[in-house]
Amino acid sequence: MIGIEHYLTTASILFVIGIFGLFLNRKNVIILLMSIELMLLAVNINLVAFSSFLGDLAGQVFTLFILTVAAAEAAIGLAIIVSFFRNRGTIAVEDVNMMKG
Amino acid sequence: MFYNDLNLILPEIVLSVFAMLILLIGVYRGQDKKTAILTFSTAGLMFAIGVWMIIDSSPSETAFNNMFISDAFSRYAKALILLSSAAVLVMSLGYMLRHNLGRFEYPILIIFSVVGMMFMVSANDLMVLYLGLELQSLALYVVTSMRRESLKSTEAGMKYFVLGALSSGLLLYGASLIYGYSGSTNFQSIIASLDSGSVSLGLMFGMILLVAGLAFKISAVPFHMWTPDVYEGSPTPITAFLSTAPKIAAMALFARVVCDAFYVLIYDWQQVVAIMSVLSMFVGAIAAIGQTNIKRLMAYSSIAHMGYALIGLASGTVLGLQAMLVYMAIYVVMNIGTFAFIMSMERDGQPVTDIGSLTQLGVNQPGRALAMLVLLFSLAGVPPLVGFFGKLYVLRAAYDAGLIWLAVMGVLASVIGAYYYLRLVYLMYFGEKQDASLDVVKSPVLSGFAATTAVVMVVGIINLFGIESAANLAANSLVN
Repeated sequence: MIGIEHYLTTASILFVIGIFGLFLNRKNVIILLMSIELMLLAVNINLVAFSSFLGDLAGQVFTLFILTVAAAEAAIGLAIIVSFFRNRGTIAVEDVNMMKG
Repeated sequence: MFYNDLNLILPEIVLSVFAMLILLIGVYRGQDKKTAILTFSTAGLMFAIGVWMIIDSSPSETAFNNMFISDAFSRYAKALILLSSAAVLVMSLGYMLRHNLGRFEYPILIIFSVVGMMFMVSANDLMVLYLGLELQSLALYVVTSMRRESLKSTEAGMKYFVLGALSSGLLLYGASLIYGYSGSTNFQSIIASLDSGSVSLGLMFGMILLVAGLAFKISAVPFHMWTPDVYEGSPTPITAFLSTAPKIAAMALFARVVCDAFYVLIYDWQQVVAIMSVLSMFVGAIAAIGQTNIKRLMAYSSIAHMGYALIGLASGTVLGLQAMLVYMAIYVVMNIGTFAFIMSMERDGQPVTDIGSLTQLGVNQPGRALAMLVLLFSLAGVPPLVGFFGKLYVLRAAYDAGLIWLAVMGVLASVIGAYYYLRLVYLMYFGEKQDASLDVVKSPVLSGFAATTAVVMVVGIINLFGIESAANLAANSLVN
């Protein structure tokens, strides 16, 4: 029997993979976008699981909003990456280093 | 019923419809030639709605099944957001046109961002909170990287985007846990579920993640890494905007979440907020000492100022919230003045941000130097000026709430922080002579803003222009 705890565990594992992907990735900025997407989808799993567990629709409505926003976010992220690539000629993470901080 | 709901979000509707309208005008008629008129009409509309928010004194009301709330607190924050954005738009126009940035999308993106902020401060539900936050952030990511041909600007946009997305991820994960463990996304239902006695670990965890996500947006330490780079890389008018309106919105949202939805858990979030506040004040004060770029310096300065505002929030009392709101108003006015000065720093027609270029300014251009002197003293919190009273307010709130150690830390950090503001004053008046000094920029708008804010810093000590009572009303509507 698959209970809510299985869904929550899966979601938390995915979320942590997403965070580690953001911090440990030294190669490509596109991987950062994938990690961000992974985090948001982990949240969606959480919300849908809770929504079905509680018998309340609000969680699924929230999920739809997150999916929409994630699409907009990916579009803007890719646009920024394209304009960065035009200036720098590369999208390697280690080359995002003009300013030290 | 529905009509009443629409009536309550009329300011937001007016602004969004106006943004879409000027988008059509910009695309079909004139493109970038229309930038000036579009920017001015946007600023005019924002100013008008800001004044409307000040005059409006209707009681607290909610709309759309309690998702949206309009009370004295949200109106105070909205008035500050709208007026400061209008001021930034007006003073940035000359800079944008001079430096080949006069795109007509600029005012439109600023409006969308401002609409997002207005939803943030009026959020009464986790969904509205998230959507407002994202509308604000997405528009800001774009304006940050607006100088497309500049490596620094696009890099700043990229860093802002990645870290901003990380923070919304944390915030969302927190929101999902809160939803799961309290059974609702609505703040009133969350309060009701907290009142029922024992608090589950999941709810606590969710709240902490939510607070971490919000701390990113106000750039409180330890979530401040993006601030100096983004401030340095983005065009100066955008930096001015980033350091004013979004900070108010995020701080107001922070206050709404902790003092409204999670007020019962005050002993849990109070420690977190207090620690973030101390760290922000000290990191802001110490890390700014080595900076030579004035925009980076202002970034650390804003980190430190957020620390002081968080002192007010950490007190968790009506007085503390009032102090936080007054502090934010003073901070915004000081920042607008300082950035009006920074925007007018040019040499041979090119913007400079190196603080070494300030040398001899006191001799060459005494008027500008004097205005900057007053603003810097006020930022540092030197006694006769308004900035001092802002700090006094939050420190007193902390003292009254029994957080004496926090107040002591605040005083210590402000002594350290005074060093780098005074160093700028030293450079302006006693710095060694250099060949390259700043141009005399003939921009009545920028000089006007710098001079007016400097005068406000002096005259305001009489009664702070009455914002205390407005802030008191706002604070009372939140904590009751």
